[in-house]
Amino acid sequence: MQHTFQQTPAATADLTARELDAMCVNESELKHPWWYNLKYSAWGILFGIVFVKAEIVSWFRIQEMFRFESFHMYGVIGTAVVVGAISVLLIKRLKARTIYGEEIHIPNKTFNKGQIYGGLLFGLGWAITGACPGPLFAQIGAGYGVILVTFLSAVAGTWVYGRFREQLPH
Amino acid sequence: MLELIKQPWPWYVAGALIGLTVPYLLLVGNKTFGISSSLRHLCAACMPANIKFFSYDWRKEAWNLFFVGGIIAGAFIAGHFLMTGAPVELAEPTAEYLASKGITDNSRLLPSELFSWEQLFTLRGLIFFVVGGFMVGFGTRYAGGCTSGHAIMGLSSLQWPSLVATISFMIGGIVMTWFILPHLLTL
Repeated sequence: MQHTFQQTPAATADLTARELDAMCVNESELKHPWWYNLKYSAWGILFGIVFVKAEIVSWFRIQEMFRFESFHMYGVIGTAVVVGAISVLLIKRLKARTIYGEEIHIPNKTFNKGQIYGGLLFGLGWAITGACPGPLFAQIGAGYGVILVTFLSAVAGTWVYGRFREQLPH
Repeated sequence: MLELIKQPWPWYVAGALIGLTVPYLLLVGNKTFGISSSLRHLCAACMPANIKFFSYDWRKEAWNLFFVGGIIAGAFIAGHFLMTGAPVELAEPTAEYLASKGITDNSRLLPSELFSWEQLFTLRGLIFFVVGGFMVGFGTRYAGGCTSGHAIMGLSSLQWPSLVATISFMIGGIVMTWFILPHLLTL
C-alpha cells in the first residue's frame, strides 16, 4: 500500500506554522479515527512506568547528574541515544515504512541561536525543578500533586515565548 | 516477577526502552519523538490568542497529547502499585552535600523539604516551582525541543543543531547546580 503526498496550500501553511522551532511535527495524509491515537498512549504508559521506576523523575538523580557524582542518568541518556541511532540507521537502510505503508520522514533541524539561548535557559530550569517536560507529567502522575504548579508555569513559559517570539534573537 | 519490577530499574533497561520510543513512533505513525511540544499544543488548544506561533490545527498533533496522557497514567501505575517504599539510594557525595544544605529526606523521589504544598508559598518555593517551571517551558520552546526532542531524537538522527542544544542544556544545568543552587537551597 502506497500513498502519494498531496497537500493543499492551506495545509502546507498550517504545517509550516507547526514546524516553527519544533522537532516533532510530521505530516501524515492519512485520516484516522481518534482512537488510533491510543497506540501513543500505550507507549506513553510504558514510558511513564520507566520514568518512575528508573528514578529519572527524581530530583535527586538530576542533582547527581549535574554534580557528576553518578553514572545513572548518563547511562540512561547514552543508551537511549545509541538504541535510537541504531534504529534510525536501520530504518533508513531498510527503507522501512510505517505500519500504514507510508514512507518514513525525519525532518531536518536547522540551526538557530535559540538552541543556545533557549538551551541554556532550559538547563538552568532543569537543574532547579529536577524535571524536563516529560518527567513533569510523570511526577504529577506519580502522586506529587504540587508539581502541577511547575507544569502550569511551564505552559505559561511556552506561551510567553510564543507571544514574544518575533522580538527574540534567533 | 513483580518483586523484580518493583526494584529500581537499571539504567540500561530504562535507556533501551526510551531509545526504542524513536523507532516505535516512526513506525506506527511517522512521528518524531518530542515531549515539550505538548506544552505548545496545549497553548494552541487553550489560548492561541491570535499568536502566529499558536495558530495551527493542534488536533493534527493530538497524538502528542495522547502520548503524555499515557505518561501520566503510567507514572500513576508505577507510583502507586510498583514501589517498594525503599528510599532513593543516593551517591554518597551527593547525599553529603545535600545534607549540608538541609535536604535529607530521600524517602520519596522528590525531597519533601523542597517539594511540598507548604513550600509553595515561600520565596524558595516560588523559585523552585514558578521560576523553574517557567524557564523549562520558555527555554525548551526557544531551543525548539527538550531532552527527548534534541538529546534523544535529534542526536539519534545525527542532527548537529541538536548537539548544540544538548550541550547548552548541560552548561545551563551545571551553572545552576554549582553556582546558583547552593544559594537557593539555603534561602
